[in-house]
Amino acid sequence: MENAIEVSGLRKSYGDYEAVRGIDFTVRRGEVFGLLGPNGAGKTTTVEILEGYRARGEGDVAVLGFDPEQRPRAMRERVGIVLQSTGIYRHVTVREVLEHFGSLYPAPRAVDEVIGLVGLTGKEDQRARRLSGGQLRRLDLALALVGDPELIFLDEPTTGFDPAARHAAWDTIRSLKALGKTVLLTTHYLDEAQELADRVAIIKDGRIIVEGSPTELGAASGPYRIAYRADNGDGTFVVHETDDPTALLHELTERALASGTRLEGLSVTRPTLEDVYLELTADA
Amino acid sequence: MREPSLAGMIWRQYRLERRMFWRNPSAAFFNFLLPLLFLALFGAVFSAHQKDLNVIVPGIAGMSVVSTTFTALAYNMTFLREQGILKRIRGTPMPSGAYLGGIALSAVTNTIIQVGIVTVAGKLFFGVDWPRDWGELVVYVAVGVVCFAGLGVAFSHAIPNFESTAAYVNAVFLPLIFVSGVFYDSAKAPRFLRDIAEALPLVHVIDGLSGAMVKGTGLGHNAPGLGVVVLWGAAGLWLAARGFSWESRRN
Ligand SMILES: Nc1ncnc2c1ncn2[C@@H]1O[C@H](COP(=O)(O)OP(=O)(O)O)[C@@H](O)[C@H]1O
Ligand SMILES: [Mg+2]
Repeated sequence: MENAIEVSGLRKSYGDYEAVRGIDFTVRRGEVFGLLGPNGAGKTTTVEILEGYRARGEGDVAVLGFDPEQRPRAMRERVGIVLQSTGIYRHVTVREVLEHFGSLYPAPRAVDEVIGLVGLTGKEDQRARRLSGGQLRRLDLALALVGDPELIFLDEPTTGFDPAARHAAWDTIRSLKALGKTVLLTTHYLDEAQELADRVAIIKDGRIIVEGSPTELGAASGPYRIAYRADNGDGTFVVHETDDPTALLHELTERALASGTRLEGLSVTRPTLEDVYLELTADA
Repeated sequence: MREPSLAGMIWRQYRLERRMFWRNPSAAFFNFLLPLLFLALFGAVFSAHQKDLNVIVPGIAGMSVVSTTFTALAYNMTFLREQGILKRIRGTPMPSGAYLGGIALSAVTNTIIQVGIVTVAGKLFFGVDWPRDWGELVVYVAVGVVCFAGLGVAFSHAIPNFESTAAYVNAVFLPLIFVSGVFYDSAKAPRFLRDIAEALPLVHVIDGLSGAMVKGTGLGHNAPGLGVVVLWGAAGLWLAARGFSWESRRN
C-alpha cells in the first residue's frame, strides 16, 4: 500500500448546499500534503470525512487502506487529529491529559518527548484552563501526537497565531516530517502551504482548482514575465510574457545593446504560488 | 504494543472524572451540600413530627438520585458536546461505551456518596434508624441510577446549547420533585397530581427507598412501581443511544 490517503470523486452536501463537488487527490506516505483554500472552500468538510466524522455523499475514500466512515479502531489508533476548533477538560494539567490520552493507544510516545516536540516544556503542570490560546493549540497538537500516529490531520493549525508562534508551529510540523509521519494540512495561509507542503491542492467552492508542488504550481500557471522601464521617461514598465525567457532576453538585450538603451529595472519573474492563489481565488 | 483493554479505559476515564470533579470545588460543594441543605431546612420545619421526617429523608435520598444522575449528566453531556470534547474523544481509539461508562460510573459514585450522607444524617439527626432492608435499598438505588442516568443523557440531546441547560433541566427537575413527594407524602396529594406522579419514575424510587429505609416493607411490595422505573429506564437508555450526537447542532 503506497498511499496514505486516496480520494476520488468525493462529494458532500449539507441540505441543498453542495460543499464538496467532486474532488480527487492522493497523499503519499511520508509527505506533507496541503489543502489550501479560502474560508468556506470545503477543507474542513473534506478532512472530517477522512477522519471519520462525516459520511461522504458520493465517491471513494481510503485512509491507510480503511474506509473512514466505518471508523475502525485500528484506523483511529494510527491517525492523529487536530480539529479546527475543539475544547479540552479545564481542570487537568497538560501532563495528566497527555498521559490519559496516551493510555488509549497501543504504543504511545513518551509524554515528555511530546511536550518538548510541541514546545510546551515548562507548562507540564499547568491546568488547561490557565493556558493561553496559542498554548491550547499546541496542546491540541500534542494530543494528536501522543498516540504516535503515522498519519496526522491538521485543520488550520496556526490560525490566529502571531508570527513567532506560527514559525514555532512550522518547526514542529517540519519535525513531524522528519519523523517519517504523513501530514494532511489545511490552511488558508499561502505562505504556510509554501513553507510546509511537499504538494499543495488549491481548493475553492468545493473543487480542486490546481494541484502540484509549490514550485510546480508557480511554473505551470503561466509564462515568465520580463519587464523593464520604458525609455520614454514617464516610468511605465514594458512587460513581455513568454514561455522561453532565454530567447526573449537574448533578443531584447541584443536590441538594447545595438540601440544603446539600458533596459532600466530589468527583471525576469515567474508567477509564484501566491499569484496563482490570488488569481484563482479572486472573486470574478 | 497491546491494545488497551476496555475495562482499563473505563477505569482510567473514571479516575480522571473523579479528579476533575474534586478540582471544581463549587460543583462538588453544591453537589453534596444541596441535599444536606434541604434536609436541614425541612428537618427544622418538621422537627417535631417524626412522621414527616420519615417522609423527607427517603424523599431527599430520591432527589439525590435524580440530581446526581439526570441533572448532572444532562449538564455534563451538553457541556462536553458544546466544548467539542466529545468530538475530540471520538477521534481517539476509545470506544464511546468506555467513555460514557467512565462518566456514568463517576455520576453513580456521587449518588452513592449523597445517599450515604442522607442515610447517616437521617440516623444522626432525624430519628430515622439505619435502613431496615439493605437489599431493597441497593436495588432501588441501582435501578433509579440506571433509569435517571439514561434519561439524563437522552435529555441532553434535546438541549440546544449550554446556556439554556439550567432552564431545560429545571423545567423537568423542579416539577418532578414536587409531584413525586420529595417533600410530602405523595399519598396525601390530590388525585390528579398523584396520577401524574405514578406515571413517572421518581415516586416509585422514593417509595422503594422509603420501604427500605423506614418501613421495611421488602422488595416485593411495589413490584408494579419497580416495573414503571424499569420501563422509563429502558426508554431512557434507548433514547440516549439513539439520539447521541458528538457535536452541537448548527443554527
Ligand atoms: N454542518 C454543516 N451544515 C451546513 N453547512 C455546513 C456545515 N459545515 C460546513 N458547512 C458549509 O459548507 C461550506 C464548506 O465549509 P467548510 O468545509 O467548513 O470549509 P473550510 O473548512 O474550507 O472553511 C461552507 O459554506 C459552510 O458554511
Ligand atoms: Mg475549515
